[in-house]
Amino acid sequence: MSEKIIRIQNLNKWFGNFHVLRDINLDVSSGEKIVICGPSGSGKSTLIRCMNRLELHQEGEIMINGMHLDGSLKNLEEIRSEVGMVFQQFNLFPHMTVLENCALAPMWVRRMPREEAEALAHKYLTRVRIPQQANKYPGQLSGGQQQRVAIARALCMNPRIMLFDEPTSALDPEMIKEVLDVMVELANEGMTMICVTHEMGFARQVADRVIFMDEGEIVEENVPEAFFSNPRNERTKLFLSQVL
Amino acid sequence: MAEWTPKPARPAPASTVGFVGWARRNLFATPGDVALTLFGSVFIIWLGGVLIDWAFINASFSGDDRTACLKPVQGACWPFIDAKLGQFIYGRYPEAETWRVNLVFFFGLAGLVPMLVPSAPFKSANIFFLLGFYPVFAFVMLTGGMFGLVPVETTDWGGLLVTLVVAVTGIAASLPLGILLALGRRSKLPIIRYFCLGFIEIFRGVPLITVLFMASVMLPLFLPDGVNFDKLMRCLIGVALFSSAYMAEVVRGGLQAIPKGQYEAAAALGLGYWKTTRLIILPQALKLVIPGIVNTFIGLFKDTTLVLIVGLFDLLGIVQFHFTDASWATPETHITGYVFAGAVFWVFCFAMSRYSIFMENRLSTDRQ
Repeated sequence: MSEKIIRIQNLNKWFGNFHVLRDINLDVSSGEKIVICGPSGSGKSTLIRCMNRLELHQEGEIMINGMHLDGSLKNLEEIRSEVGMVFQQFNLFPHMTVLENCALAPMWVRRMPREEAEALAHKYLTRVRIPQQANKYPGQLSGGQQQRVAIARALCMNPRIMLFDEPTSALDPEMIKEVLDVMVELANEGMTMICVTHEMGFARQVADRVIFMDEGEIVEENVPEAFFSNPRNERTKLFLSQVL
Repeated sequence: MAEWTPKPARPAPASTVGFVGWARRNLFATPGDVALTLFGSVFIIWLGGVLIDWAFINASFSGDDRTACLKPVQGACWPFIDAKLGQFIYGRYPEAETWRVNLVFFFGLAGLVPMLVPSAPFKSANIFFLLGFYPVFAFVMLTGGMFGLVPVETTDWGGLLVTLVVAVTGIAASLPLGILLALGRRSKLPIIRYFCLGFIEIFRGVPLITVLFMASVMLPLFLPDGVNFDKLMRCLIGVALFSSAYMAEVVRGGLQAIPKGQYEAAAALGLGYWKTTRLIILPQALKLVIPGIVNTFIGLFKDTTLVLIVGLFDLLGIVQFHFTDASWATPETHITGYVFAGAVFWVFCFAMSRYSIFMENRLSTDRQ
């Protein structure tokens, strides 16, 4: 396998006194696709939010692309522009058009001239198949369209890693597919992806590894085929019997 | 297989739409509504009649002193306003120099109107004119003492001039100061947070009159001998600090309404604190609290009348001052003066209110 783009060693995190992540060890190679699943409250969102330091950890080490995630600010902004993130609630900026949403970070973080940033935004909006919505406001779009804009917005920063935090959980069933199609396409292009999702079909189709978490621990990890057909742990079996 | 086609839409019944439908729903829906509608109409007609009688039919429109306003049935005494209008606008500003005030008014208007019209061009030059050039220009023109202009003491300023100087300074200073205080109050750094909290709570917990008294009477006690702040300047600072404390709380309300996801999305894109605040948070937060901001502006505009108690004559103060003029002593002088002053204040406040509604609608991006 190629270089390890993410290395997580002995990661521990607490919310106050609540031990939310317990001794997490995880290595991700460049181009690998990881799906993380597990019951709510198992710490899976917190884990990926630690990877771009939206959450701070107390113990252990996270290395992204060779850079340590620690207190130094310079490092932090560098990492955040290498790691794109897509949220469950889209979190588009409602006071800006779709195009402005996408061009914002290239202009203000990468200091790209406006025309160039907007051309880039158009390119990625075309890739997620909504170039004709560029001048609308997020409130005028459907949920599936908004989530695709959010993906385009993250891609505009040309990240090496994409984090997806339950990207389809807030969508109507009819719209899930259009978002998953875009994600599958992205996966086929070789993007390193870490997805928290309950879309098991997507996991089977795309994932290199599936990780099952419960109570802040990684209970089981395996290639999808073995994970779904032959789970080793009783807890995993129980979870799979409920979601499949 | 049978193909499904949706039923075509039909127009709504005629009696439920248009003016007839509106009147049925809103004016005559129940016997109670009918009674209220009739009673309200009668009241409005009666009140309108009284006002028209007073302001026009029984009013005096010309004359040089009180004898013009002593008819047996006397309405408004407009000649009083006419004779004193110069005083009401400029106070005791020397008559030969009032062109300077007019010039300041004119340039202020010329700078403000294109600023308020969203489609007008050259916005950045306009902002520079209003915030950079205009305050200096207004200061030099109004106080004089430079470029061969006769110096005019601020104690000679008065009327609408003082009202506008205090209100405009307060409005222009309170919004940026209020935003900084609101951001400071949410800061992670305890020193900044507690400083802002203390500032806001102290100025908000004290009546404006107290702040003005402190500024005009107590402040000089703390200054070294010979250092003398202009009285109007001290009032301006007092009003600006007072209203920025209120503004801070209004803005904070807007900041708290912004979902956490907005901060997270901005952070995940690599935007730092100041860029996030400027590009993402403030545009949304300020839009949400436009009614509150304008409310504070309107309150501030009317509170300028309180400078009377430290010996400055704003519009209302100078109108009241002229009630003592024996050559205009009539039973209707007071009420005419108060109605005039009230109408001037109302015009300014109503304009602000309408403009805020216009901006709210324009900035609304939630439309589907």
